[in-house]
Amino acid sequence: MAAHLSSGRVNLTALREAGRRELREFLDKCAGSKAIVWDEYLTGPFGLIAQYSLLKEHEVEKMFTLKPGRLPPADVKNIIFFVRPKLELMDIITDNVLREDRGRSPQRDFHILFVPRRSLLCEQWLKEQGVLGSFIHREQYSLDLIPFDGDLLSMESESAFKECYLESDQTSLYHAAKGLMTLQALYGTIPQIFGKGDCARHVANMMIRMKREFPGSQNSIFPVFDTLLLLDRNVDLLTPLATQLTYEGLIDEIYGIQNTYVKLPPEKFAPKKQGEGGKDLPTEPKKLQLNSAEELYAEIRDKNFNAVGSVLSKKAKIISAAFEERHHAKTVGEIKQFVSQLPHMQAARSSLANHTSIAELIKDITTSEDFFDNLTVEQEFMSGIDTDKVNNYIEDCIAQKHPLIKILRLVCLQSVCNSGLKQKVLDHYKREILQTYGYEHILTLNNLEKAGLLKAQTGGRNNYPTIRKTLRLWMDDVNEQNPNDISYVYSGYAPLSVRLAQLLARPGWRSIEEVLKMLPGPHFEERQQLPTGLQKKRQQGENRVTLVFFLGGVTYAEIAALRFLSQMEDGGTEYIIATTKLINGTTWIKSLMEKLEPAPF
Amino acid sequence: MDCYTANWNPLGEETFYRKLELYSMEWGLREDLRDCVVAAAPYGGPIALLRNSRRDKTPSARPLLEIYSASGLLLASVPWKSGRLVHLGWTAGEDLLCIQEDGTVLVYNLFCEFKRHFSMGNEVLQNHVLEAQVFHTEFGTGVAILTGALRFSLATNIDDLKLRRLPEVPGLQKPPPCWAVLSQDRVTVVLLAVGQELFLLDNTSCSVVSPPGLSPSAGPFLHMAVSFTHRHLALFCDSGTVWMGTASLKEKFCEFNTGIRSPPKQMVWCTRPRSRQRAVVLAWERQLMVVGNSSECIRFVLDEDSHLVPELDGVRILSRSSHEFLHEIPEASQEIFRIASMAPGALLLEAQKEYEKESQKADEYLREIREQQLLPEAVGQCIEAAGYEHEPETQKSLLRAASFGKCFLDRFPPEGFVRMCQDLRVLNAIRDYQIGIPLTFTQYKQLTIEVLLDRLVLRRLYPLAIRICEFLRLPEIQGVSRILAHWACYKVQQKDKSDEEVAQAINQKLGDTAGISYSDIATRAYDCGRAELAIKMQKKPTTNYPNLSVPPNPTVPVPVPVPVPVPVPVYTVVLHLKNELNRGSFFMTLQNQPVALSLYRQRIEGRVAALQNALDEFYKAKNDFAAKATEEQIKLLRLQRHLQEELDKPYLDLSLHDTVHTLILDGHHKRAEQLYRDFRIPDKRYWWLKINALATRGDWEEMEKFSKSKKSPIGYLPFVEVAVKHHNRYEAKKYAPRVPPEQRVKAFVLVGDLEQAAEAAIERKNEAEMSLVLARCSAATDGAVAEKLNRARAQLLKK
Repeated sequence: MAAHLSSGRVNLTALREAGRRELREFLDKCAGSKAIVWDEYLTGPFGLIAQYSLLKEHEVEKMFTLKPGRLPPADVKNIIFFVRPKLELMDIITDNVLREDRGRSPQRDFHILFVPRRSLLCEQWLKEQGVLGSFIHREQYSLDLIPFDGDLLSMESESAFKECYLESDQTSLYHAAKGLMTLQALYGTIPQIFGKGDCARHVANMMIRMKREFPGSQNSIFPVFDTLLLLDRNVDLLTPLATQLTYEGLIDEIYGIQNTYVKLPPEKFAPKKQGEGGKDLPTEPKKLQLNSAEELYAEIRDKNFNAVGSVLSKKAKIISAAFEERHHAKTVGEIKQFVSQLPHMQAARSSLANHTSIAELIKDITTSEDFFDNLTVEQEFMSGIDTDKVNNYIEDCIAQKHPLIKILRLVCLQSVCNSGLKQKVLDHYKREILQTYGYEHILTLNNLEKAGLLKAQTGGRNNYPTIRKTLRLWMDDVNEQNPNDISYVYSGYAPLSVRLAQLLARPGWRSIEEVLKMLPGPHFEERQQLPTGLQKKRQQGENRVTLVFFLGGVTYAEIAALRFLSQMEDGGTEYIIATTKLINGTTWIKSLMEKLEPAPF
Repeated sequence: MDCYTANWNPLGEETFYRKLELYSMEWGLREDLRDCVVAAAPYGGPIALLRNSRRDKTPSARPLLEIYSASGLLLASVPWKSGRLVHLGWTAGEDLLCIQEDGTVLVYNLFCEFKRHFSMGNEVLQNHVLEAQVFHTEFGTGVAILTGALRFSLATNIDDLKLRRLPEVPGLQKPPPCWAVLSQDRVTVVLLAVGQELFLLDNTSCSVVSPPGLSPSAGPFLHMAVSFTHRHLALFCDSGTVWMGTASLKEKFCEFNTGIRSPPKQMVWCTRPRSRQRAVVLAWERQLMVVGNSSECIRFVLDEDSHLVPELDGVRILSRSSHEFLHEIPEASQEIFRIASMAPGALLLEAQKEYEKESQKADEYLREIREQQLLPEAVGQCIEAAGYEHEPETQKSLLRAASFGKCFLDRFPPEGFVRMCQDLRVLNAIRDYQIGIPLTFTQYKQLTIEVLLDRLVLRRLYPLAIRICEFLRLPEIQGVSRILAHWACYKVQQKDKSDEEVAQAINQKLGDTAGISYSDIATRAYDCGRAELAIKMQKKPTTNYPNLSVPPNPTVPVPVPVPVPVPVPVYTVVLHLKNELNRGSFFMTLQNQPVALSLYRQRIEGRVAALQNALDEFYKAKNDFAAKATEEQIKLLRLQRHLQEELDKPYLDLSLHDTVHTLILDGHHKRAEQLYRDFRIPDKRYWWLKINALATRGDWEEMEKFSKSKKSPIGYLPFVEVAVKHHNRYEAKKYAPRVPPEQRVKAFVLVGDLEQAAEAAIERKNEAEMSLVLARCSAATDGAVAEKLNRARAQLLKK
């Protein structure tokens, strides 16, 4: 099941194994049969660590989702709550525990597992409710970095960006640093650390400090990673705002990928060959797991969507040719060989069918006029055309009350591409938005301004063109089919963050000092001393391994760009990607929007 | 040299025992030791005394609990206020356990500071504890008790208290004369003697055992002793016979008849790891006897009342005036110092002495060793023997001999010698009278340097501990910084110093030493109620944990902190801050964010008032945009309430856009117009809004009227689009001709009039547009149009 994790340069199965071990240890602490009560948000990330079978091996017999009221009856000895340390969840747990039937026998034991950290506050809260004593084990499960794929780790901390930049709450950075320490404990000390941005600086400081404060930290594992690059999301606010144009990026933009799963409208996946069976169309959304374990997906996920079609049709030909072979199979031996390949071929065929359906779904959207207009405006902004005026398309969209997030993405994109908007332009947009969508959104606008996504131009200088030119962020001659530059992932725009990573590997950041100074936050370099025995002697032609950690989220297109760099023949560097959360413009903006709930009174 | 072996006493052929004085005790005891409950910790540990406990002369006088170092220096004392004490004992971590009659066990530290207490079970409350023993196993320190009901209970590890009540012993009428706790194969059992029988009590059963080879005339057992390692057992019988064997009762070593029939006051093993002889020391009132596998025994006369403390490699003997150590002479020492010894080490020592006297005999001796090629052994013997000596002079002469011998050897590895010199310096330092930890070399190696450092830290001997770390060049993380951290934790507990002083002292000493967690220190400070100091600690330059300086998240108007799982110490501090922050100042923070506050006031007037507040604040903050927006919001809110009352439809909480939209949908065009003017809605947006609403309502008449009211600021394509969207091609067609030429093709395509579209495209001579139209043509119905287009395109291409 874990083939996709071990396929990369760094075997991430070890990390997952460490996670599983910790989980098993906890489960074994509670002897006897168990039922787990899940905080629903956690089921996704946990699914990536351990399947149900593992839980079952440790006598987990029932699973419930956390909700108020009496716990469902289950004849188990232990009830374990898996929760994030959030007060509202504590209230639900309290309710559950208080309604437990005292008279029943045998009594059920309660335990609680906080993910990722125990919180004093929550325990205090439980204490005030008078139920703290009911829990026999109260432990924490430090689920910091979860392996998503062979080269991808995420903390799945939804609000990390918001917490860091709006609320000055750097807890998630502490978790990031902890996660990196775990990683170093498993894969060796990372000798070089580069970083750009305030949060990056902070994480590096914490790592160095933890290493110093942790006794016996001299670990003797041969380092797998050569370099760690910490990047603040606010160094590159532009990239997530633009619409991703890779296959995987588009799936995420349109349908949203959650913990490697995507839910798709079922119509296209109706089982064929059923003749007239039009009535029993499936109504449940089709749920698919997307990761590199699927050969075809691994091949097309990072391609520009325009190049996906040709691959799919080529694949279709190969597969049907393979099926045709059976007619040529004459001897018993040949038939046997054919039959032995059958399962693999059938898997390939169903995978092809799935992706053809997905591609059709996406194509319906990408060929729509609306998508095209939106993309045109985005690309104009990114290539620096008319970024200082009020844009007609945006105005029209507001007037027709298109989804607010779409508007915010465009306005923010314009602001970022112009190093801030003229006061007049900014006020016009804001007023339009408030009048159309409601005055309460002034809070959201305020948040965006605080995060630097939306701002008034100060000093009157627009740095973006300089940055764009120096870092070659806009490429006019982009080759979508056989790309030669990372700009293919946005059909012209090369993601700034990835460009920084690329330039760091070659020729080094010294060549772009000027531009680095224009971007927010400090840039720095730290070295972690290795014992002499562990210093690497590089073999000829062996690639360096760089871990790029995006603090505040990363998009699939950026990942695709980094994978592209890893695969470049003369690249010399392979990248492993870690992040606080996998994002796209929509989810990102959403996380920054003020949640408006009806007031309690 | 002759006198060196003067205090050696032979036991059997091969072994010698000696008794040497460690310290002369100056603890000024007035009472005899027999009047006190005494407990001394193993490994040269401290001595606890409870006076007056046995003879209650005046019940009002409180007994005194005192703790002395092994050299007799008073470390601390407290009057004993609790219940009657049964037994005193030390844990492996040098905590004092005081076992009371009611089963409560009080735990004190070295300085008589109360740490915690635990109970040996409820059953004991009525029955009382008759006897108790503290024992050490690989699991830690354990406690065993015998209750008044003649039942045994034990806990193998007091840090992870799990009480075990052992099964009843059949036929037990009165307390057994002797019992002991044994640890075999990780199982802890109790061995007890009842008359002539021995019972072994484990978790579930009670079985009778008998020591192999015990002479039948031995009689009932009166005393038993288990060795330090739990491997050996000695039994004293009524007839004066001592039986020695393995604790598993499978093998007998020997038997010896002391000829004394009264039970000894104490009986302990005196042996060393890997020794050939196994001996037991028995103490009566005035006599000490060492017996072993030999027909003879060694007898010492005791001048005073004494107390025996078994150690790993010998026995310590405490009395009012002195503290002695009785042990078997180790082999290396024996080889060197035995009279007329010809062992290489002895010759080397002799050679070195002659060399110092500048006598040629040195060469003779040396030659003798070298001829037998035993020089490396000789050097090794001298080094080893040095470790067993307590007198620095003797240590020095042995080391000098080793060093002398080394000169004649090529490539003799120096580590052993250097290591020994270092170890001896450490040992001599801690054996000092002021420190009073009389560790032997064997014990020291068993204990390890880390534990020794811990013990120094426990005794608050920080400077010495740091010196030792520096001297041994221990890595900072294990050594100096760990000690400094302990020191800092101790320092923050000193209540007489001000926070400033303490913080400064700590910062000065610790600086940025690696491996120190300021969080731990802060936690300790917080535990002592010094929150301010904890904050100071957390604010150390490099520590910059979040949430400390940040006031509670101001957008949440309930004074409950956001549940973020930050590291615990920071959290405690934050909690403290939260409590400190009174409601007033909390709302002050809120005042600065009036919008947030306003959100939670749903009732309109409340909301208006709140918004008014917000407005004022925005003006104060010179945020004109937000102020204007808020002004508009108030205006809209009032208007919506008005509309709601008048039109009896919910308007509240709609955005301006939606308000206008709803008005138009309901046909209130005038009012919509009013809003458009009052709120200065841009023309473009108003037009979009209006035609969308009209189309939704299906009011095409009004739409046409509107389109003609003045020139459309958004052009006429939107009219076409909107109409098509609402499936009204007929209406859409009306507007298509009014679309400007550059969009006209698109407009005609939208309404489905391909002919017109083709014409427009041909007129504009635009190839892309022609292709667009062509793509929509189907061969069956639009053949003519397609042909026309193709022709035009060909013509265009020709040019």
